[in-house]
Amino acid sequence: MSQLRYEAPGSVDEAVALLASDSDAKVLAGGTDLIVQMRSGLRKLGLVVDVKKIDELMSVSSDGGAWTIGAAVSGAEMNENAALKKDWPGVVEAVDLIGSTQVQGRASAGGNLCNASPAADSVPAMVAAGATAVIAGPNGRREVPVEQVPVSPGKTSLATGEMVVAIKMPAKPARNGEAYLRMIPRTEMDIAIVGAGVSLTLDDGGTCTAAKVALGAVAPTVVIVDDAAKALIGTKVDDAALEKMAAACSAACKPIDDKRGTIEYRTKVAGVMARRAALIALERARSN
Amino acid sequence: MPTVSMTVNGKAVSGEVESRTLLVQFIREHLELTGTHVGCDTSQCGACVVHVNGEVAKSCTMLAVQAEGANVTTIEGLANGDDLHPMQEAFRNNHGLQCGFCTPGMVMTAVDLANKNKNPSEQQIREGLEGNICRCTGYHNIVKSVAEGARNMGG
Repeated sequence: MSQLRYEAPGSVDEAVALLASDSDAKVLAGGTDLIVQMRSGLRKLGLVVDVKKIDELMSVSSDGGAWTIGAAVSGAEMNENAALKKDWPGVVEAVDLIGSTQVQGRASAGGNLCNASPAADSVPAMVAAGATAVIAGPNGRREVPVEQVPVSPGKTSLATGEMVVAIKMPAKPARNGEAYLRMIPRTEMDIAIVGAGVSLTLDDGGTCTAAKVALGAVAPTVVIVDDAAKALIGTKVDDAALEKMAAACSAACKPIDDKRGTIEYRTKVAGVMARRAALIALERARSN
Repeated sequence: MPTVSMTVNGKAVSGEVESRTLLVQFIREHLELTGTHVGCDTSQCGACVVHVNGEVAKSCTMLAVQAEGANVTTIEGLANGDDLHPMQEAFRNNHGLQCGFCTPGMVMTAVDLANKNKNPSEQQIREGLEGNICRCTGYHNIVKSVAEGARNMGG
């Protein structure tokens, strides 16, 4: 029987060296996906590299309004950071939907991103908000929009030896609001059948000048719906604009059909969730 | 085998474990603290909830080695000798358990909830218990217990 080898390096450089030494090595953050996958036999693990002992991955900082969130910072900690929650409530609320309270005590946004589930709650919210992922690897560091990390269910674009060290959130634009909503068949502790993240920015007259709409759980990876953003930009985000945006969202869906939700249902509900999220984002934009 | 050291219920403990040993296995089998239960083993049911460095966690979804150096509290760490913790007392007073299997996890979650919100509403309690499942369907009395326990902890 293969043995699980556990390492808990104290620095990013050591972690990268360990990851580079074994192409099957896995990063362990909260472990709320990885350990369940291991226990259920879905994934055989050799080397796991625990990154929760690395200060950089466990700290949250703000510089000139822009946020750097260590990739292994727990959802609970993000939720307890009032300043972060004030700037990016949609992202924090999305992280707060992952699993249950106890899962949020361990799970991180970085882990949610790298687990590459199509239904990851934090991902559409981070994409809508314009988040980037800082990736460290044997050849140094690079920064990419978060949507470039997951490439298919369970797979990321990270090369051998690479790891996400932080999620960066831009400085909050004036009169910007964002929100994330999801549909689950139960009231709590379930996996999204549709998730919708919406970010929009208004000018002084209340006209939408910028928008980003991202959907989860309706395709193998997060879907950025440009037509939905276009439907909002230049409008006062009135009913007609919201209808057009919802239709664009439904049109962009290529969901699976499973026990949680049919194709027809997911497609319809994508528009409904995006519309409701947009209304919350609009209210937040007006008060920012 | 790796050696793991942590503080459990205020006492320094250590042991040799395989890397794959779960925190709950370490607690139950090495420390022989069997109050923490294993229900589903997949992070769903919440019978295994403990506190790790002040946050609630499902100990079936943590490796023991991940808790190296951590401060862990289990259900055994709540009572003071024969005096039950106010949350335990509230579960007793309100008949907040039937078979008792989910109870350790319910109580550990409830204590965390009350620590973070001294006067939770019924809605907040129900939402706060999202990660704990009771198969006896005793939620009504559990919610009453948590409300009373929170009041008595804050008072």
